[in-house]
Amino acid sequence: MEKLLIANRGEIGRRIIRSARALGIRTVALYSEADAGLAHVEEADEAVAIGPAPARESYLDVDRVLDAARQTGADAVHPGYGFLSENADFAERVIAAGLTWVGPAPETIRAMGDKARARTLAEAAGVPVVPGSGRIPPGSVMDVEAEAARIGYPLLVKASAGGGGIGMRRVDGPAQLAATVAATQSMAGKAFGDGTVFLERFVPRARHIEIQVFGLGEAGAVHLRERDCSLQRRFQKVIEESPAPGLPEGVRQRMAEAALALCRHTAYRGAGTIEFIVDAVSFDFYFLEMNTRIQVEHPVTEMVTGRDLVAMQLRFAADTLGRVEQDAIRFSGHAIECRLYAESPERNFLPSPGTLTRFRPPPVGPDLRLDAAYREGETVTPFYDPMIAKLIAHGATREQACNRAIDALRQFEIDGIRTNRDFLIACLENPGFRAGDIYTGFIEDNRATLLHYA
Amino acid sequence: MPIVDVKTEITGNIWKIEAAPGDVLEEGDTIMVMESMKMEIPVSAPERGTLREVLFPEGATVTEGTVVARLEA
Repeated sequence: MEKLLIANRGEIGRRIIRSARALGIRTVALYSEADAGLAHVEEADEAVAIGPAPARESYLDVDRVLDAARQTGADAVHPGYGFLSENADFAERVIAAGLTWVGPAPETIRAMGDKARARTLAEAAGVPVVPGSGRIPPGSVMDVEAEAARIGYPLLVKASAGGGGIGMRRVDGPAQLAATVAATQSMAGKAFGDGTVFLERFVPRARHIEIQVFGLGEAGAVHLRERDCSLQRRFQKVIEESPAPGLPEGVRQRMAEAALALCRHTAYRGAGTIEFIVDAVSFDFYFLEMNTRIQVEHPVTEMVTGRDLVAMQLRFAADTLGRVEQDAIRFSGHAIECRLYAESPERNFLPSPGTLTRFRPPPVGPDLRLDAAYREGETVTPFYDPMIAKLIAHGATREQACNRAIDALRQFEIDGIRTNRDFLIACLENPGFRAGDIYTGFIEDNRATLLHYA
Repeated sequence: MPIVDVKTEITGNIWKIEAAPGDVLEEGDTIMVMESMKMEIPVSAPERGTLREVLFPEGATVTEGTVVARLEA
């Protein structure tokens, strides 16, 4: 691998350049009309303009990306996260063009991208999935009550054709079951043209905990422990940390073993993340999905392991990684990542693009890392995602990591756009958060307190 | 009949225009959908009225607070 094309932008573009450069690999950046002159463009050895600002006409345009690789003589492609990173057709085209694809096999990407197939694979590997029923079309003869008893209450009646919380009703006991199933079928028939529903166990207080894995194909896989990503708004992560506070050691081990079983079952290749829903009370855990790429929050894992996951990806793709032993992966202290978004928490987290008239991060060091997409004077445009930077703090304890993150956020001077900086500080100082009492509804439930915190 | 300015509350691109001049809109009806940072945000009628004009085409970039349509209440 001599020249790497990075099919991405922003902070992850810069992040990949750093690791590639350290390995002596030349880099090619891409940029849309909206991104000319940004840091990820200037820091690469070469850069290619690939089209207008809208992503579908630039970063998502497979032909243009492949043209850029051809034009620059790149011999490998790293997709980063988002954009084309989980597009199996793109991975196939990269490989067919004779280039090295920095990612898992296209068939694995395709299988994991299909929720139903991913669930089947997880079950086949012995990984627990959320207990659920088969399809219940209107007029079905299935014994719904027996199914519900097997799954357990509370449960959700979900429309097969629904999504994003639409067409979902909660049932707390057998008395309401039949009526709720009928009502959901009727509603789904009208709303989606398909009255089919299914039942699924409802986890009232859920945490989102994921295991970072690195698959070595037929040679097995290693894990790099968990990240707790329970703090979310609008289904997007806000704060992530490792280790997950209060997670019993036995559960941690069983989750890691389940993740490794799924990797072995699919002969997984490269960096991946297996996401679980964890019951915050019982610590029962269930497979949610597998992300077949580097994650936004990978620095949390890097801070506690001292490993460079992107360098591992590049070396594995280039066949120079060699063996990786589980016992050689050590964990030290606690790391916490805060995602700085161009948004307005007091206006329901509405995006807030604009020019960063002031952008002065605190000094970084061994215990404080900043992965930023922008520099002072640059404009955050409305075309891409609202994340402008990630601040990652490390400490011997969770307490210390939190305090370092708070200090750093307080020192961070940002002006010109609205950001969630103060909201992040409010989360980090919240007594519930500090006690480790985190779950996916935390931000919603504490919204008023977090917004009025000063 | 008073003319009401309809403003966008975010900076973004006009993704889809869903109402045409002459349409009678109820309060809350969507006039257009804006797209900003991978989010779709509707611009809706602040009160009941007849849509008089839409001031930008689909694809235009507008900044927060811009008047994007006018309504006759």
